[in-house]
Amino acid sequence: MNVIVYLAPLALALGGLGLAAFLWALRNGQFDDLEGAAWRAISDDDLPED
Amino acid sequence: MAEAQDLSFFVRHPVEGIAAMDLVVEGVHCGACIVAIEKGLKREAGVRGARVNLASKRVTVEWSEGALEPPAILERLETLGYPAHPLAAEAVDDEGKAEKRLLRSLGVAAFASMNVMLLSISLWAGAESDPNSATRDLFHWLSALIALPCSAYAGLPFFESAGRALRARSVNMDVPISVAIVLSLAMSLFQTIAHERTAYFESAVMLLTFLLAGRYLDRRMRRRTRDFAVNLSAIRADRATKLFDDGEAREAPIAAIRPGDLVLVRAGERIAVDGTVEDGRSEVDQSLVTGETRPVEVSPGAQVYAGSLSLTGGLRVRVKNAATGTLLDEVNALLAKAVEQRSSYVCLADRAARWYAPVVHLTALATFLGWLALGAGWERAMIVAITVLIITCPCALGLAVPAVQVVAAGAMFRRGLILNSGDALERLAEADTVVFDKTGTLTQAKPALANGADIAADDLALAGSLALASRHPLARAIVEAAGATTPMIAHEFPGQGVSALYRGSRLKLGSVAFCKAEAEAARVAAAWPDASLIAFRTPERAVVFAVRQELRPDARSVVARIACEHEVEILSGDREPAVALVARELGVARFEHDMKPADKIARLKVLEAAGKRPLMVGDGLNDAPALAAAHVSISPISAAHIAQAQADAVFLGERLAPVAEALKLAAKARSLMVENIWLSVVYNLIAVPLAVLGCVTPLIAALAMSSSSVLVTLNALRAHRAQGSR
Repeated sequence: MNVIVYLAPLALALGGLGLAAFLWALRNGQFDDLEGAAWRAISDDDLPED
Repeated sequence: MAEAQDLSFFVRHPVEGIAAMDLVVEGVHCGACIVAIEKGLKREAGVRGARVNLASKRVTVEWSEGALEPPAILERLETLGYPAHPLAAEAVDDEGKAEKRLLRSLGVAAFASMNVMLLSISLWAGAESDPNSATRDLFHWLSALIALPCSAYAGLPFFESAGRALRARSVNMDVPISVAIVLSLAMSLFQTIAHERTAYFESAVMLLTFLLAGRYLDRRMRRRTRDFAVNLSAIRADRATKLFDDGEAREAPIAAIRPGDLVLVRAGERIAVDGTVEDGRSEVDQSLVTGETRPVEVSPGAQVYAGSLSLTGGLRVRVKNAATGTLLDEVNALLAKAVEQRSSYVCLADRAARWYAPVVHLTALATFLGWLALGAGWERAMIVAITVLIITCPCALGLAVPAVQVVAAGAMFRRGLILNSGDALERLAEADTVVFDKTGTLTQAKPALANGADIAADDLALAGSLALASRHPLARAIVEAAGATTPMIAHEFPGQGVSALYRGSRLKLGSVAFCKAEAEAARVAAAWPDASLIAFRTPERAVVFAVRQELRPDARSVVARIACEHEVEILSGDREPAVALVARELGVARFEHDMKPADKIARLKVLEAAGKRPLMVGDGLNDAPALAAAHVSISPISAAHIAQAQADAVFLGERLAPVAEALKLAAKARSLMVENIWLSVVYNLIAVPLAVLGCVTPLIAALAMSSSSVLVTLNALRAHRAQGSR
């Protein structure tokens, strides 16, 4: 059962990582424009202009 | 553009040296628009950044201070094909914070319930029954470690609201929620310390997660409709031509105009402010304000109101703030009274909460005393009492009403109706009498030719061409009816009409006196009592056009449909023949004319005294007090600002259909809400006896809570499919 000693903190840390990522995204305004993001993904404006 | 614009009101300064402006953009709907706007704006010299928000249809532009004039941005967007309208700085930015706070809480609560549930499931799988397990204790301690700080953070919205309610010596839904969460966490902690077999950490955090989800949905719906309303008001933002002290005239947004400023109104323009005429004479069409369709003569010293149309002459208007003895003053006084008297409506959820909290707390207390009396230790009695609190916690009840509101408001939104308040839905469902204003509500704000069928095509074509040369607003109606595109070279006689030479003969279009058409005019006036008359004179004959505000295209069918289930009345400020004509056309038997704002309120009071629940549909300044006094009210989007602010809902577009559909949807939504509350009650009837008997384990609590919440949410989704019958 000693495996719990490091598995439980590991699981918690992974969950915490997910939470941190969510809070970071929220603070960065990633959820401000849910419709626009879908379109931006397919736009080519990051290609070098020729 | 005719005049320079003064946009300094809209510019904000996020950082020193950088100016920014938020704009509502029309016609943005896909990725191509985003690219076109952002690239197009960035090409403008001085622009540092542009960002389109597709969800809210807004764009934020930043530029180096002084590098360009704000109107250049509007012009640029115009040439790109996206007309834009600046958004007042304070309108952006506030509301969103509370919503983000809820979403953060929801994230934390969801994280906690996922992890605590993982631990709990392994406990339920076997470790719990082990009589003396170190693993069980470890898992309980881990759960406590996660649940306590997370609940402290995520539960704050509820704790704060409960604290506010208690300070105000009342009870809302958040009081039992907070009590249950705090007690269940505290009890679980003691159980853990005492090496007991059961703890309820997962129930507490799961409860929080479900409730926060409900809260968040509710808040988001409100913000989205509010955003949309702000956009609309920016798009139709009234501007006024302000005379600056240096003698220059510049266009400025209404919000930037202060009492005491001088505003210029040209013939044919809508007056955008309330004020006193300083200079100039004109006939003013105040139909949108008072409901009266006959124009009023104004001269220096007269009062004019925002929304009226200056027909014949230019005016200089001094903007007023505190007017006394005017219509506006009377309306404001009535409004203050009506808002004060608005019967304190208690919405379903609060009514449920009112008996819910005492019942739950008494049951828990009775359980505690009962177990104590039956000889159980006080610890055991306490645990059972707290499980009663947890199991009855209004998880489903907290979702029962908001979930339906969110779904129904979404469905109404798609049908062109914006709700201003959440409980409007419930009050709308209770309405049994529908009271319409006439002008601007049943009729359209735009005048149209009424007697086109009686007029020869040649005359109409000639008059149309001549009308193109006039700036009179009623002339537009003739132009449209004739479909004229080539203007004649005409001479305009201000305040009278236009005149032109056509193939050697003199043609005149204008007032009846100007065209000497009194005989014909009398005949036409008898047939169309609510119309404004325009005469057309050729050397041989005179023709009189009746121009009136047409009924909304679907008014007849919609009123007929509403009349099936509701009583319908018309209350208008207009003259008797005009109102009677419209009432006859619509088949409405009950109508009142020449109603002052106070008369409308009086009529509503009579209805309410007779036990009716009136829905008021109106748009004018004169309707505002009645809108506030009625049980529930709806305004068209074209309504005066003051009226719209009082209405519970606003409908878009030219059709009246959203009103009928709103009534249908609201009835459906209310029955779903009641259904949902009953579902929660039935759930409690099953779960509470089990809890009182002490049979509820954490597993049962978790299953019961989540299944009831899911059931209620699924039921709410049916509001989405509610059919507005057509």
